[in-house]
Amino acid sequence: MAKQLKGIAASDGVAIAKAYMLVDPDLSFDKKTIDNPDAEIKRLHDALDASKAELELIKSKAAKSLGEEEAEVFEAHITILSDPELIGNIEDKIKNDSVNAEQALKDVTDGFIETFEAMTDNQYMQERAGDIRDVTKRVLSHLLGVKLPNPALIDSEVVIVAHDLTPSDTAQLDRKYVKGFITDIGGRTSHSAIMSRTLEIPAIVGSEKATTDIEAGDTVIIDGMHGLALVNPDADEVAKYEKMEKDFLAQKAEWEKLRDEKTLSKDGVHFDLAANIGTPDDIKGVVDNGAEAVGLFRSEFLYMDASELPSEDDQFEAYKKVVEGMKGKQVVVRTMDIGGDKQLPYLPLPEEMNPFLGYRAIRISLDRTDLFRTQLRALLRASAYGKLAIMFPMIATVAEFKKAKAIYEDEKQKMVKAGTKIGDGIQVGMMMEIPAAAMIADKLAKYVDFFSIGTNDLIQYSFAADRGNEKVSYLYQPYNPSLLRLIKNTIDASHKEGKWTGMCGEMAGDQTAVPILMGLGLDEFSMSATSVLKTRSLMKRLDTKEMKKLAEKAVTEAETNDDVIKLVNDAIK
Amino acid sequence: METRDFHIIAETGIHARPATLLVQAASKFNADVKLTYKDKSVNLKSIMGVMSLGVGQNADVTVSADGDDEKEAIEALADTMKKEGLSD
Repeated sequence: MAKQLKGIAASDGVAIAKAYMLVDPDLSFDKKTIDNPDAEIKRLHDALDASKAELELIKSKAAKSLGEEEAEVFEAHITILSDPELIGNIEDKIKNDSVNAEQALKDVTDGFIETFEAMTDNQYMQERAGDIRDVTKRVLSHLLGVKLPNPALIDSEVVIVAHDLTPSDTAQLDRKYVKGFITDIGGRTSHSAIMSRTLEIPAIVGSEKATTDIEAGDTVIIDGMHGLALVNPDADEVAKYEKMEKDFLAQKAEWEKLRDEKTLSKDGVHFDLAANIGTPDDIKGVVDNGAEAVGLFRSEFLYMDASELPSEDDQFEAYKKVVEGMKGKQVVVRTMDIGGDKQLPYLPLPEEMNPFLGYRAIRISLDRTDLFRTQLRALLRASAYGKLAIMFPMIATVAEFKKAKAIYEDEKQKMVKAGTKIGDGIQVGMMMEIPAAAMIADKLAKYVDFFSIGTNDLIQYSFAADRGNEKVSYLYQPYNPSLLRLIKNTIDASHKEGKWTGMCGEMAGDQTAVPILMGLGLDEFSMSATSVLKTRSLMKRLDTKEMKKLAEKAVTEAETNDDVIKLVNDAIK
Repeated sequence: METRDFHIIAETGIHARPATLLVQAASKFNADVKLTYKDKSVNLKSIMGVMSLGVGQNADVTVSADGDDEKEAIEALADTMKKEGLSD
């Protein structure tokens, strides 16, 4: 039996290859006082020359395997290493302060990095700080006589093993040779995980000990579906996973064919299959996976990736990019959902005993209407560029929704009066994620244009169980009849008023939940883009009349979560 | 000393590739070459210097060269500016 490592499944697929350790060597050094500055300056120049020679090699290799554009970053690195100001400053430091080349290099480059990182209005310059860091590392490695890993020089199939993968690491990876990767840290939404799904490379993140438990040259199996890695597997294990890989690829090819198809059940009923996104850049994945709409655009990234409150213009640009990118297909934007586990450095919120039950989401928006109005104006402006819908998170009462809607109407009237162009037929709805709201869905349905069920929160509030607490994780019961009844109540109430209901939690793409949700008459299913084709394929095989019967049984006859799972398994076998 | 003014039309200003090419062009000459923007002058042979100016679209910059090949230096830089679409 091979050694096994468990992590977070970041990207589907199976990879079997030799491990490539993308791990920085120890680059620590001591500050020293030197008495021969000329000799120290010569050491510096030797290290600079060696670094440049290495970069020339990497550059020509990268130009061939990755393309001229990717190779340009190395040209920029070479130019930095030839910079007269940079080198002059380091030489001066060695002479004037009598310090070793390592220390002088660090002091001078730290100064530049600080300058560039301070240019907060210029993202390009901020990223250049990363370039300076990269070249400094390279020169330092030559001064210390240790070897840096050079992923751009990889020329055989590998599984990358790293503590974490940064954007500059990933830019150097050749898709042809990198079969998969595993990292120590990160979650499903970290840069490395998102990148793995974009590149469609099987990956595991957050394994905690990949870099310590795997050694260079070990054979590694990455099972991206289950977040499992096997180190030095035996022949049987290799055979088993080779078959799994083959099945996965065949399945994927089958799903691919459904990309441009409408989502229809076996009996020809249409459902909207949508995708959830976090940033405007995610649109590519939405389009590539054939989603019919964006069912949830989390606007938090605008607040979380910034060092101050995002301006109306910044928000407008982001929303506009998304609605334009979807070319007339609907985009549902959720207004700010800060608080709970999401905190902002520039908007300090009081510490609370129960942040998930506290001051968050619409509760902040209705209190800090200045923030709310700015966001609504940006959304209204963006509505002119496509089909936009807006929803409010964490609505618990009719009064809250009415209040939020009134503020929206007020901003809208002001903009119409001022002659600002806004879109026609903007729908305004709410997230259904609080049990109290689900119980009076019939009342709320009179005022909203739609509901969107947020299952993660609805489950945690219904069962009074913190979703981050492992001790009570058994109470995460998405199929429990109690939850299904809340969902049914919501869907039925919306239909009675001629409105529609979507779902934008994990559950919407869950293969056990989908049959029941179809039976309950859910109109829109919104999930990670990569689950869309899988779900479309499942729905094609299901008959809505049968699913209706199944859902009826699940809601009325079943007693437990497991009862429902069994019902579904029996019905769709 | 030779000087010439440029109006930057490139949407992204003097960034990445064009900055590298300007520095490489300037480095071929003996003359001291400087780039001035908003009263701040930097060595045009220094990529860090050029980048630290953060020259954006619609900026007005001045290139000056001082040395035996100053005329040729200015011509070469004007050429690069034009070829890279930085200026007219």
